[in-house]
Amino acid sequence: MNKVRMFDLKALIASAVVFAILQGLMAAEIIGPFWELNLVLICINIILASSLNMINGFTGQFSIGHAGFLAVGAYMGAVMTVKLGFSFPLAIIAGTIAAGILGFLIGLPTLRLDGDYLAIATLGLGEIIRICILNIEYVGGASGLMGIPRMTNFVITFWLMIAVLFFIKNFKNSAHGRACLAIRENEIAADTMGIDTTKYKVMAFTLGASFAGTAGVLFSHYFFIAHPASFTFMRSFDILTMVVLGGLGSLTGSITGAILLTFISAALADFPEWRMIIYSLAMIILMLYRPQGLFGNKELSEKVFSSLKGGKNNG
Amino acid sequence: MGDKKRLLDLRDVSIVFGGLRAVSNFTMHIDEGELVGLIGPNGAGKTTAFNMITGVYVPTEGEIYFDGKLINGKKSYQVTQMGMARTFQNIRLFSELSVLDNVKIANNMHIGYSLPHAIFRVNKYFDEEKKVTEQGMELLKLFHLDKHAHDMAKNLPYGAQRRLEIARALATKPQLLLLDEPAAGMNPQETKELMEMIKWLRDNFKISILLIEHDMSLVMGVCERLYVLEYGMCIATGTPAEIKKNKRVIKAYLGGEV
Repeated sequence: MNKVRMFDLKALIASAVVFAILQGLMAAEIIGPFWELNLVLICINIILASSLNMINGFTGQFSIGHAGFLAVGAYMGAVMTVKLGFSFPLAIIAGTIAAGILGFLIGLPTLRLDGDYLAIATLGLGEIIRICILNIEYVGGASGLMGIPRMTNFVITFWLMIAVLFFIKNFKNSAHGRACLAIRENEIAADTMGIDTTKYKVMAFTLGASFAGTAGVLFSHYFFIAHPASFTFMRSFDILTMVVLGGLGSLTGSITGAILLTFISAALADFPEWRMIIYSLAMIILMLYRPQGLFGNKELSEKVFSSLKGGKNNG
Repeated sequence: MGDKKRLLDLRDVSIVFGGLRAVSNFTMHIDEGELVGLIGPNGAGKTTAFNMITGVYVPTEGEIYFDGKLINGKKSYQVTQMGMARTFQNIRLFSELSVLDNVKIANNMHIGYSLPHAIFRVNKYFDEEKKVTEQGMELLKLFHLDKHAHDMAKNLPYGAQRRLEIARALATKPQLLLLDEPAAGMNPQETKELMEMIKWLRDNFKISILLIEHDMSLVMGVCERLYVLEYGMCIATGTPAEIKKNKRVIKAYLGGEV
């Protein structure tokens, strides 16, 4: 067994341990229903943040319409189970694929833009998706799609999250992931190195969108309802904040960002008037002292490693 | 060796930006294994010609053939995949990535696994990754960059960044290497070393090289044939010895009457 597989195995064992502890705490009712709900929300947010990081962090394409894909997943999944009577696993697959197809169709024309223009285009597209849903009577229009059975639980969410994280980690460490990183670093140079930049941008965008779809299905099947108001651009910014807080390009950063922000907003649930103040204060402090995010574009493991032998490197 | 294959062939190539004819009726060719220089004063259109060859610009008129195939209108990455690699006048490395990754990325199109292989980490992924890493390290060793392999590219000293750019271009396994002012910003000693390196590159990797340069001593020393551009027109072509005596070239460089 080689070193990389060894690392994967260790990561898997570590996640199993975390899972066992959390599950144990829930069984012992040390973690009550409120925090259980937030744990599920954390897992969903980790999926969202890490999938957005594929687009914004790895490939450097600034997209801020992630809530749109979340909505597509949420509604597609709900239609599958509520209206068409399919099973939950099928709903997850359908939601993922639907968001992925939409991501592909949207990505193809918009990824020709860059920088601010792409950000505006994706922001607009996220809103278009929401407003379209708002006007479709079949899915409940403005009152939302109600009566969705609660099929999401902590077990499914946790392991789906682990699967997505492994997918993204392996993607980043492949030739395809390196191509995306190259595009982020210097698109012209990537092009002259024989990398079809459009193909890889669309690939990252499609994969990111489909994982947002997965998160959407989990989301709507946990909260009984899919409502257009849950998918406004504020939601997109929420996800983006997690990514930026953790560090663009760092998967462990996205995980940390998602956990931290979900935790803060849950912990401040009793002081709603203070919540946004503390939230924005945290953002300002971060931007002043660590504009590259908590981890920059490094992974946690690399960071620990390089700080241990940092002195030698700088010499 | 036998008779030499014509690798690059430009026929009456022109490009027009608005009212400006940046390059006008330029004809040139490079045979297999040749080391050709493209020189000219500032703003003569050297880099523009380069950009047309590498697919950054599409020529307004004329045809460019590479390895017998028409490449007008092909995208940069397609041209690279056909076997042409380039460096940039202003260094364009993947600066936040490691030196080794820079070289591995250039090897991407030769990689033999697909996305599912990478996601599920089958043996093929490990075999190919190992191969790419080994090839990358070998290449870095040739350029004396192996001890920096895990440093970030942006932390390398200037000369090493230049070397890395060339190493990266070679990692695409080209038949033709285009160097855009590789000596820019180098001192005379470094320029001399670079000269040796360019010759060694050609012999060691069995490739053809097209060199854009300002520094006359460098081109005169290494190139076998030269093309001289001035105001987008080719004013002279020949061996370095012939070019040195050419009155129009002397005028273009030094000014004065003919």
